[in-house]
Amino acid sequence: MTDLIHLTASELSSKLISGEVFSVEVTQAHLDRIAAVDGDVHAFLHLSKDALDTAAGVDVLRKSGSPLGPLAGVPIAIKDVLCTLDMPSTAGSKILEGWVPPYDATVVRKLREANLIPLGKTNMDEFAMGSSTEFSAYGPTHNPWDLDRIPGGSGGGSAAAVASFEAPLAVGSDTGGSIRQPGAVTGTVGVKPTYGGVSRYGAIALASSLDQVGPVTRTVLDAALLHDVIGGHDPRDSTSLKDEWPSFAAAARKGGSTPSLKGVRVGVVKELDAPGFQAGVTQRFHETLDLLQRNGAEIVEVSAPNFEYAVAAYYLILPAEASSNLAKFDSVRFGLRVNPVGGGTVEDVMAATREAGFGPEVKRRIILGTYALSAGYYDAYYGSAQKVRTLIQRDFASAFEKADILISPAAPTTAFKLGEKIDDPLAMYLNDVTTIPANLAGIPGMSIPMGLAPEDGLPTGLQLMAPARADARLYEHGAAIEALLEQSWGHTLISQAPSL
Amino acid sequence: MPDITTETVAHLANLARIGLTPDEIEKLTGQLGVILESIAKVSEVATADIPATSHPIPLSNVYRPDVVGETLSVEEALSGAPEHDGSRFKVSAILGEEQ
Repeated sequence: MTDLIHLTASELSSKLISGEVFSVEVTQAHLDRIAAVDGDVHAFLHLSKDALDTAAGVDVLRKSGSPLGPLAGVPIAIKDVLCTLDMPSTAGSKILEGWVPPYDATVVRKLREANLIPLGKTNMDEFAMGSSTEFSAYGPTHNPWDLDRIPGGSGGGSAAAVASFEAPLAVGSDTGGSIRQPGAVTGTVGVKPTYGGVSRYGAIALASSLDQVGPVTRTVLDAALLHDVIGGHDPRDSTSLKDEWPSFAAAARKGGSTPSLKGVRVGVVKELDAPGFQAGVTQRFHETLDLLQRNGAEIVEVSAPNFEYAVAAYYLILPAEASSNLAKFDSVRFGLRVNPVGGGTVEDVMAATREAGFGPEVKRRIILGTYALSAGYYDAYYGSAQKVRTLIQRDFASAFEKADILISPAAPTTAFKLGEKIDDPLAMYLNDVTTIPANLAGIPGMSIPMGLAPEDGLPTGLQLMAPARADARLYEHGAAIEALLEQSWGHTLISQAPSL
Repeated sequence: MPDITTETVAHLANLARIGLTPDEIEKLTGQLGVILESIAKVSEVATADIPATSHPIPLSNVYRPDVVGETLSVEEALSGAPEHDGSRFKVSAILGEEQ
């Protein structure tokens, strides 16, 4: 039954509903796949001991005729940034090694209530700080397309799990591109919902004004089905929106069934079609523009002059918020405690614990954030960055007057080699140039496969962005573009991935 | 913008309660200098007339009914603590002997 792993979540759902397969078989097939390939890929940090039991329970429920949601019985991988009652939740850090939270994140609770089958927790850059998963304290994840290359980050584990058919679905978190950039470099689909569209309760916070939890899948429809499960208001997250959301799956089905972009104004952000990008990424992007135009889209160029300041603003806001959020790792309530030789005060214990428990990128960003927030520099750095945020929101507002959706490459390059940028923080930060503006403005963004770059045969990604709260528009047009691209190739992109 | 010195980094590390070795301080000093030089350009466009945005989609007055909801038990709250005495978190002395 190894074929089960190559089905999409939507296809698995149909087979589970019709009784053609049982969740136990589906779950076992994915556990077998993990056992076979995760030694090479290292997408998972922990595996659930209960997956098969949970699956058997769902099969019993189905047999008894209980009403079940569309994804009931479908396995899922969960980024280790989300708290889970039954598995450790480390956020990729030694400071939380072995920590099992006393509560589930709201997103995890919703997955359980919808009867999905958690397979395990996926690898990530420590506290989601990074673009390659190389800053995980537990070793990097490898890109299934080329094991010597990075799977993107911070959510490289979730993207690699989905790309290597270890799981049909995964959950990620996106602060500056941590869902979309891994999607781009692994040939998968990633969605950062509108800020406040998905609960952050129980998601270990990196930068609270930027973080958003979202779907990691192989198709736009699967992402929509998962978004329908995890989205919606949560009274436990005070930034959660009270909106009534439409069915994203319905939007994706509408876009994918008769794919056309007739009358859709597609905006190309001039500043994100940059000369510094890898030639093959730019080539595939321009071919995609032609394809969209041939299928009815009205291509309009839009300018966002303040995007050139986005990365700078982000690397002030994020470290500032992170330095505050990570103050909770103080060796008192949870996680590691290191007692200095010869003893010391509680502050000495904190310093020794954080020295031993945090990796280099986390230390770098906490120090940077502490500097940006310190008296005398606050206005020049943090205050200015917040003003840039206003300017970027204004750029988006004027762009969305001319366009229904905006598109750009989802990442400036294909997957780079492991180790290539690890000692050059600034080069690493520039990976996020395409994805950061959406986080600063709180708008939704999606990355879908855009073809293989001719020069290296590796996946490229197309980013779509829509106004805040217009996530359904992304699913509708994203599914249409996905279908048009696949028609032009004659196959899905992920079907071209090496078999491992 | 001021130069970042090893003394600045040591001071920041102390504020952030992160022990750093002299080698780490040296390396971070160089890296922070490069990073700050690159990100300081935010001040070029952040003029006085532009309001700051702290939250992308601002919500105000988010209240809930003033009733007791689901909470963690003492055992659950202490379950991840490095050290506890059964009902409280246990820490080292807060003040040094000389204080």
